[in-house]
Amino acid sequence: MFADIRTVVWRDWLVLNRRLGRFILSRMVSPILYLIAFGWGLGSQIQVQGGSYLDFIVPGILALNSMIMSFNAVGTPVNMSRLYYKTIEEYQIAPIAATSFVIGKIVSGIIRGTISSLVIILLSFAFGATLTVHGWFWLVLLLNCALFAALGFVAAMMMNSHEEMANFNTYILTPMSFLCATFFSTDRLPSFLHYLVEILPLTHASKALRLAGHNQDPSLLSVGILLGYFLTFLLIGVWQMKRIKG
Amino acid sequence: MIQIKNLRKEYGNRTVLNNVSLSIEKGEIFGLLGPNGAGKTTLIRILTMLASHSGGAITINNLQLPEEARKIKSLLGCVPQHLNLDGELTAWENLELHGRLHHIPMQERRQRIDELLEYVELSDRAADMASTFSGGMKRRLMIARALMHRPKILFLDEPTVGLDPQVRRRLWDLILSLNHQGLTVLLTTHYIEEAEALCQRVAILEKGKLVITGTPADLRCKVGQYAVEWTESDGIKFRFFTVRAEAVTFMNSLDTSTTLRNTNLEDVFVELTGRKVRE
Repeated sequence: MFADIRTVVWRDWLVLNRRLGRFILSRMVSPILYLIAFGWGLGSQIQVQGGSYLDFIVPGILALNSMIMSFNAVGTPVNMSRLYYKTIEEYQIAPIAATSFVIGKIVSGIIRGTISSLVIILLSFAFGATLTVHGWFWLVLLLNCALFAALGFVAAMMMNSHEEMANFNTYILTPMSFLCATFFSTDRLPSFLHYLVEILPLTHASKALRLAGHNQDPSLLSVGILLGYFLTFLLIGVWQMKRIKG
Repeated sequence: MIQIKNLRKEYGNRTVLNNVSLSIEKGEIFGLLGPNGAGKTTLIRILTMLASHSGGAITINNLQLPEEARKIKSLLGCVPQHLNLDGELTAWENLELHGRLHHIPMQERRQRIDELLEYVELSDRAADMASTFSGGMKRRLMIARALMHRPKILFLDEPTVGLDPQVRRRLWDLILSLNHQGLTVLLTTHYIEEAEALCQRVAILEKGKLVITGTPADLRCKVGQYAVEWTESDGIKFRFFTVRAEAVTFMNSLDTSTTLRNTNLEDVFVELTGRKVRE
């Protein structure tokens, strides 16, 4: 099983490695804009929870970016491979387990999400943010990448056109990007919205990364919720891969 | 090699395969002939485990499908109708990926890639992206990929569709040479000349039902070896004869211009189903 996972990751790494430079450069654009607009621009005028807005927002940007990167690293290629290029059939007719394929794709998503997050961490230091990057921080970040890579897989297997995939982004990821404690504290939201965003994984990723980034232990409940979401999406993904047969 | 008994496939209320029973012998090239929508591709997809079946039993090399799917997958090579090479990988990497997925040890894998690229005459393009290849080259690379793990049975779904006649002939030679090396081949086609040139036995499928099975010569004999063809105001007419002299007598009895030719599988298909293969 490990060899099969490695094969799936090997293929994706080969493709990524060919355009690693372009990939890293393109990943720098949005974070730089966020850091300029919310860090230097808006952030210079406000303080949040007794600290600078830049320090508040960097973990949020990391959570948001790793979500989008990991989701799209798996969702778009798997969806295209299933619906248009049919390259997924090469894995289906091979004597490998569905679980190996799904885990391999998730690992590829984690790699892309992590590279992208590293770029942001380095940029945020360049912008003067103070951030502690230790064990808990990496654990939460990797868990966030893993769960959204797994969600990307689930969406790719569920959506039957490129347009539906774009809609998934619009209706699920975009609202989470703005509402889930990325740019502001959810405490000030109206109570119904507050409780709604509290059940979403990105909220827990943002909060846990913020605590870990400020040298505090994140809530175990948040880590547990992220783990729970990841395992749920993983199981759904494996089930979908097994029943893909028409 | 392959035994299929009362195979059924239903999509909702639509029956795509209706109690199909077939037996394919080791070392033969067996052709599934029929128009688009006859169920040929569905049958191949079921045999390669890309689709499930609704009923019936399939045995491949004495292994039950789908119970022993993992073992069966190692015996099969598949070249689908659509070009599904990984366009983001080179020709060499496409074969390497297949070799890894089939757990071929590294040294053997590398040697096999070189052999197969040579065999399908793509050695000089090994480092080029598969997306830059022509249709014929892609098809050859797909055959090489399907052969990487030394399968016992090769499934070819419409292997020459969309290719020009010269490239088609080249692929036929390749398929025949593989068969001479002992490979069992199951191919689907709606090109009559392809079935006649390659297949030792054919089965005609029509609307999910098996109409007839036999050697091309046997099937032609069923309707008569000679065909007289003439044109009337409402279209082309045929009549089949088992004796040439009877065909000539019939031709002489007609006032219009006629053609005498050997019967082909298209005639067999039209006679048995009332439809043309390419309808």
